Amino acid sequence: MFEEDQPRPLLEVRGITKSFSGVQALKGVNLQVLPGEVHCVMGQNGAGKSTLIKTLAGVHQPDGGEILWEGSEVSLLRPTDALDLGIATMYQELDVVDGLSVAENIFLGHEKATGGFLHVKKANAIARTLLKRLGHGSLSPSTEVGTLSAANKQIVSMARALSRDTKLIIMDEPSAILDSGEVANLFRVVRELTAQGIAVVYISHRLEEIRQIGDRISVIKDGRSTASGLSVADTPKAELIRLMTGREVANVFPEREPIPADAPVLLEVENLELSGHFEKVSFTVRAGEILGFAGLVGSKRSEILETIYGARKSSSGKVSVKGKALRPGSVPSAVNAGIGLSPEERKSQGLILDEPVFKNVTLSTFERFARAGHLNEAAERGAALEKIAALELRPADPDRPARTLSGGNQQKILLARWLVHGTSVLLLDEPTRGVDVGARSEIYALIRKLAAAGTAIIVVSSEIEEVLGLADKVLVIDDGKVLTQTKASDIDEHGVLDLVMKGSAA
Amino acid sequence: MSEQNTKVAEPRADAPDGHSATQTNSLQHFLKGSAGRSLGLVIALALLFVVGAATGGDRFLNVENMLTILRLASIIGVLSIGVTFVITAGGIDLSVGSVMGLTTVVATLASVQLAAAQSSWLLMVVVALAVGIAAGLINGLVIAYGNVVAFIATLAMLVGARGLAELISGRSTQVVSNRQFLSFMRSDVLGIPILIWIFIIVAVAGWFLLNRTTFGRRTIAIGGNLEASRLAGIKVKRHLVYLYVLAGLTAGIAGLMMLGRTTAGTSTHGLLYELDAIAAVVVGGTLLIGGRGTIVGTVLGVLIFSTLTNIFTQNNLDTSVQAIAKGLIIVVAVLLQQRFAARGPRKLKT
Repeated sequence: MFEEDQPRPLLEVRGITKSFSGVQALKGVNLQVLPGEVHCVMGQNGAGKSTLIKTLAGVHQPDGGEILWEGSEVSLLRPTDALDLGIATMYQELDVVDGLSVAENIFLGHEKATGGFLHVKKANAIARTLLKRLGHGSLSPSTEVGTLSAANKQIVSMARALSRDTKLIIMDEPSAILDSGEVANLFRVVRELTAQGIAVVYISHRLEEIRQIGDRISVIKDGRSTASGLSVADTPKAELIRLMTGREVANVFPEREPIPADAPVLLEVENLELSGHFEKVSFTVRAGEILGFAGLVGSKRSEILETIYGARKSSSGKVSVKGKALRPGSVPSAVNAGIGLSPEERKSQGLILDEPVFKNVTLSTFERFARAGHLNEAAERGAALEKIAALELRPADPDRPARTLSGGNQQKILLARWLVHGTSVLLLDEPTRGVDVGARSEIYALIRKLAAAGTAIIVVSSEIEEVLGLADKVLVIDDGKVLTQTKASDIDEHGVLDLVMKGSAA
Repeated sequence: MSEQNTKVAEPRADAPDGHSATQTNSLQHFLKGSAGRSLGLVIALALLFVVGAATGGDRFLNVENMLTILRLASIIGVLSIGVTFVITAGGIDLSVGSVMGLTTVVATLASVQLAAAQSSWLLMVVVALAVGIAAGLINGLVIAYGNVVAFIATLAMLVGARGLAELISGRSTQVVSNRQFLSFMRSDVLGIPILIWIFIIVAVAGWFLLNRTTFGRRTIAIGGNLEASRLAGIKVKRHLVYLYVLAGLTAGIAGLMMLGRTTAGTSTHGLLYELDAIAAVVVGGTLLIGGRGTIVGTVLGVLIFSTLTNIFTQNNLDTSVQAIAKGLIIVVAVLLQQRFAARGPRKLKT
């Protein structure tokens, strides 16, 4: 791309390649970061973003290509090389130590000490200045980091970067663990940093965020740069999606058919309460109906789902499936009645990552393939294979460990699990989290198809657009209270946000 | 799990999947599979046999000595099978050795022996098994429903059961007077001592239970991801109780075998056996963090240690040197396993 009349780039990456045991993760990536800019790097899962970051952080060494820092070529053989140049990396899994204080975390690895004796006061004082620079002077340097929120841990991580005289901070999907208020704060901090001349490489796949915070964008697809240094303001959203996925995405939400008027009520929730979390939640879901929970992170949407499912024990209220009441706090009771849950954290709550796909699919049903406790693994595998094929799992290999599949396909494993079970009520918590843009529409279509086949579905998502696009009926929830219950077509994103804002103001 | 491992490789449908890549994958797959891991153990065991034959000659390589090695392995072996289940589910049982000691004491109490003399020697068997099961039940209930960490709960049982055994035996040795019990425990079937048969039966039953039943599947699932198993509808707490009961049961069986071998019950039976059992399980390839367990590996692990002991005894070598060799074997075995595991697909980054 032709650049004109620009300051000398801080970092320039030219055609780097990297492969791991025969698989080429990077096939030629270019990146040019200017001082003081927010440079967004986008790409689907598996595009090579993580490898690129780790190459810049000195964790991986590229096989080919070159990295230029302030105009001269550098080789980053180990993480300290990058840190010494002034490149700091904030990984998605925050690398703070919970048991240490804020100041101890900030100076982790380069403690303020003489002959092994720590200068606690001096460290605390410098930490306080750094935190003030980030607009978080109220955070005490002596607080134990384990007691902080995810957002504040990020601040600690950023302060650590600043403590090393950093010129470039790489942030790997920093907003993934934040709610919308915290994201706004993150953006403020990012602007503070860039105002001080520090460049930020911001990795994300949330297009809206990039519009708000980014100056320029580079896009990676399948390990190759498809665009470098595009101006955020001049590039339309559809163009970005095309660059990332290689295809046009028109309407991701399929048309919905009206539910027949005589569809039976499958799930009935009456005055369900979990003290300290939510109160008096009541609704019904009919066969073929999709109910959406709209609200911000922290609105207790997941808690409601988990309580319906029995993973948490309700303090009062009733959940019934097809008119039969469930035993509170019993997952087996819910599963036997025909409820299935696809949990919020797919990897930690949904899958056994090192077990093969088919055993993950049959995790709720393997007992059916046994006689007197003796498993018939062939029958079990066959049943899983059938659903794997129906959902077009890629790769369609039942023996591969679940860990090796992409987010979208891991989601399909969970859907397949409940298809084998034959559940009539499906609870989907963040069904597209960590699923890339291309695979999302496929998941949406599957959810619709399951509903059309008569399943009652509840969808919870942080993306209000997704809830409204999928659901027939929407519950707007804030801080454990149902603010309203309405048809999805009668409300839009602004309507939901208005309600939530009013709710928290009252 | 380390931070590096939490990142998932994202294979793409359109990724170039050359022929050679597929081939190395299947080889890696084999080496990573249970067959590959067991192969390494078999090689290690074979090497030990070569050493044994070289140093001991015919003294080592004869049927009688092979049976000695197996008899040596049998009691720890039975304990190790129970421990394999617990560790596969992500737990730990430190108490099996002292629970085993307790079962020998209770089964040889004067009152029990008197009642056995009046009825049947099988009463002693029932008592020993019941004591083991009861101890396991307490472990399981405290861990699953009391939410006490398994390490602590079974550490408490380790100390407590040993104390109880000392208290009720008065630290004296209680000789087994029941002739029928002793003659059964010391009998041969097809030229093979009954202790070895018990080990074989427990190992085969354990293999079947772990690999071919819903019980085994639940065990592996819970060890692989407890929360996912719970949310899939598996009754996790109940199963955890069963697992510790199973470990207690194997402690009871091992206690009976000990009575047969030594003809007496005492509170010092089984001292530090829990560590030998855990070592055998880990060397065998069962992951301490759970999710993967191998009975074949455990059996090979036990045999490696008992063969080592046999070689040292035959050559009149210092037991302290033997302990050092054991320690080395544990570390080397685990290092090798990690090497294999690290070559798997999870190391791929995108």
